[in-house]
Amino acid sequence: MNFKNSYFYSMFWPRLKRNRLALFGGVVVLALFLISLLAPSIAPYDPSAINAWSVLSPPSWQHWFGTDELGRDVLSRVLYGARVSLKVGFVAVGIAVSIGTVVGLVAGYFGGLADAVLMRAVDIMLCFPAFFLILAIITFLEPSIWYIMMVIGLTGWMGVARLVRAETLSIREMDYILAARCIGCSNSRIIFRHILPNAVSPVLVSATLGIAGAILTESALSFLGIGVQPPTPSWGNILTSGKDYIEFAWWLSLFPGLAILVTVLSYNLLGEGIRDALDPRVKR
Amino acid sequence: MFRYLTKRILMLIPLMIGITLITFTVIHLAPGEPVEMQMAMNPKVGKEARERLTKFYGLDKPLHEQYFNWVGKIARLDLGRSFSSDNRPVLDKIKERLPVTISLNVIALLIEFGLAIPIGILAATRRDTWLDKGITVFVFIGFAVPTFWLALLLMYFFGVKLAWLPISGLHTLGSDSWGTVRYLADMAQHLIMPVMVASFGSLAGLSRYMRSAMLNVINQDYITTARAKGLSERVVIWKHALRNALLPLITLLGFSIPGLIGGSVIFETIFAIPGMGQLFYQSVMSRDYPVVMGILVIGAFLTLIGNLIADLAYAFADPRIRQGEG
Repeated sequence: MNFKNSYFYSMFWPRLKRNRLALFGGVVVLALFLISLLAPSIAPYDPSAINAWSVLSPPSWQHWFGTDELGRDVLSRVLYGARVSLKVGFVAVGIAVSIGTVVGLVAGYFGGLADAVLMRAVDIMLCFPAFFLILAIITFLEPSIWYIMMVIGLTGWMGVARLVRAETLSIREMDYILAARCIGCSNSRIIFRHILPNAVSPVLVSATLGIAGAILTESALSFLGIGVQPPTPSWGNILTSGKDYIEFAWWLSLFPGLAILVTVLSYNLLGEGIRDALDPRVKR
Repeated sequence: MFRYLTKRILMLIPLMIGITLITFTVIHLAPGEPVEMQMAMNPKVGKEARERLTKFYGLDKPLHEQYFNWVGKIARLDLGRSFSSDNRPVLDKIKERLPVTISLNVIALLIEFGLAIPIGILAATRRDTWLDKGITVFVFIGFAVPTFWLALLLMYFFGVKLAWLPISGLHTLGSDSWGTVRYLADMAQHLIMPVMVASFGSLAGLSRYMRSAMLNVINQDYITTARAKGLSERVVIWKHALRNALLPLITLLGFSIPGLIGGSVIFETIFAIPGMGQLFYQSVMSRDYPVVMGILVIGAFLTLIGNLIADLAYAFADPRIRQGEG
């Protein structure tokens, strides 16, 4: 395939490039990848090194973001926290998108009873306040980052399922699907080779936005003490100490929260940008 | 209208069954039986007592039988007893917490809608001005702010730095003996920050939704007609356009209920408000599984009822459905 003639190169990228906010989002997301990758070399201190001589010290030249109640460097902990948010965002959304895509494809392609049953399952899952369901499941598991990612993924696939089903319903009626059926393609080949690639773009948007949501959920869980367990630093669990020491140490609350804000904002901006760039109706 | 109503209510039955099935599955996926959890708190219990408890909870029966027993009890509004030391019926525990959560959320909803509707209209009618752009920025930030962080910042500024507002609970200690006015004023003061936090989260989404709904309506022909016959812009927007732009908002109201209930865990825990969210969090932490199960089912049923009310309100407000075409 000639890259220069591809849809990506000729249509998508030029449109995305013109959207400055989306570019900002993309740059921050890339920066977060780099930070997660390079955390050991760019963090000024060991994130779990306890220092009894500088407990809860305010931001200074030695500690840009101050130190926490055990004298650990908050900047280093925030940098390492990027790893958790990145992992949670991608794995949880990966699970949600996989389940949602398969459910949506099957429901949309086969219709009838399969459709009715699967879509009722979606309705039922949507009745539960997602945060309640997540908390309830986590109650019975040992808190760990893997369970959190699984549970966020297992409770977040319904939107994708509805999207993919709607796409599938319209693609199913296309002539090229009829042609594929005429030359004897199996159902699974039609679904995965012919429908899936054409239903993927709305999923891309909701996956990007979903990463933002998963990061927010993880930070809330870690903040409540049922998420990522200390001493592993996550933005949510740094904020837990922020709450405990709110009267003495504002920096413990400010910086990790800003990190969450900027990260989530960037994924959202990128997602919206991708949506606009994919949508031929949006004119700039 | 009547047929629509019956159809809509009949559709609730499979959903309710599904809710109980999922709740039951969640609890039984759990490693470690509930009896073990109860035992863990009291190591002195012997083997005999353990068997008696297993029998008492019906855990020696096959799964499907346990499920039907449990559903039968729910139908009679019996949610079992709490594992905590007070051993009270779960329903009583939830009943005393629910009003707090619901009234807090209703206040938050009123504020949300009260702000989001004018904000959305402003952004739509002044499209692409600095005001619209400013509102868009606010909306994006609003989407990205973690509510618990917002709560912490508010606590720091208004509670610690300025010391204007109390940072936890619903009442000042000893406020029971105060006069009614002072008592209520005290409660209102305690409620300011939680309500701010509760309403901020969805405010951004709602404003954006209102903006696009309004933009949709403004481009319709009948708005051009209204302008062409010389109506003032105010009448056009606030009378002709608004009524139709509000319609999709009703459905959104139904959809926002699970988010609100779920969000109550966070702000009730932070501000120490004795509502259902706090009870849920405490039960999760102490593995009080009858309460967790009960709240899960009740939370889902509340969502179901909320969606039903929203759908009915929509049908009522939309003459196409009201007069039986839909």
